[in-house]
Amino acid sequence: MDNYQPSIAASSALSVNKVLRNTYMLLSITLIFSALTAALSMVMQVSPGVSLACSFGALALIWFVLPRTAQSAAGIGVVFAITGLLGFGLGPVLNHYLSLSNGSELVATSLGGTGIIFLALSGYVLTTRRDFSFMGGFLIVGLIIAILAAVANIFLGIPALSLAISAAIILVMSGFILYETSQVVHGGETNYVMATVSLYLSLYNIFTSLLHILGIFGDE
Amino acid sequence: MDWLKISTAIFLILLLVFLLPRAKHMLSNSPKAEKGDWQAVLLPLIGVVGFIVLLVWMVSK
Repeated sequence: MDNYQPSIAASSALSVNKVLRNTYMLLSITLIFSALTAALSMVMQVSPGVSLACSFGALALIWFVLPRTAQSAAGIGVVFAITGLLGFGLGPVLNHYLSLSNGSELVATSLGGTGIIFLALSGYVLTTRRDFSFMGGFLIVGLIIAILAAVANIFLGIPALSLAISAAIILVMSGFILYETSQVVHGGETNYVMATVSLYLSLYNIFTSLLHILGIFGDE
Repeated sequence: MDWLKISTAIFLILLLVFLLPRAKHMLSNSPKAEKGDWQAVLLPLIGVVGFIVLLVWMVSK
């Protein structure tokens, strides 16, 4: 019976590696797709209202459709729809920043910064193999507090609070990258479709928050 | 108050409605941290903060 133990462990490791590989592959493709839809919306000069409608659409897909399709091939199509909509919604934001004198530098720095943060955090989890599942409750509470503060600041309009919210979101989303990668590594997340959406949302939020912070400090 | 601000607030409140059941589930099912776990989290997060400070310095100089 003991002879079977190594083969079970090897099978489990192979399964984890497969989920990890599929997640990173789907994430790479959806990021490219998202960049294309963002470029399309920039060219079309869509309004902020359309951007918000895209966010509503993406939320509806994540809420109602993704849980029902994540276990099937249709889930991949839903991931593309979600990332495409969110990418399309970025158009007005990117056009706003690119209209600044150093706008292209700000966007490029935010993009590069997001990529470096993601690679460093993923590399940290994959190297140390630590289990960050204990962070789940802490991260979700942090996210809820950040959203409540964001709702309040829509009506208060305090610039310093807006900056603090962006900084908090970057930290919470960085925590989510550690958490989700660790979940995949330790077999807590076996569905690469769900893992891709989770990592994509973390990257999306880090990028937009970093762009906001750099836009405030770097606006000439 | 323009409609875009109100729509954004509605969007964020819907997001909260979406997150609350998950929050309850995660709070009750998350394992407790062991000794050294939080230190392992702080190290990369401090790195992220330092990196953002560097980026801010780069774009503002």
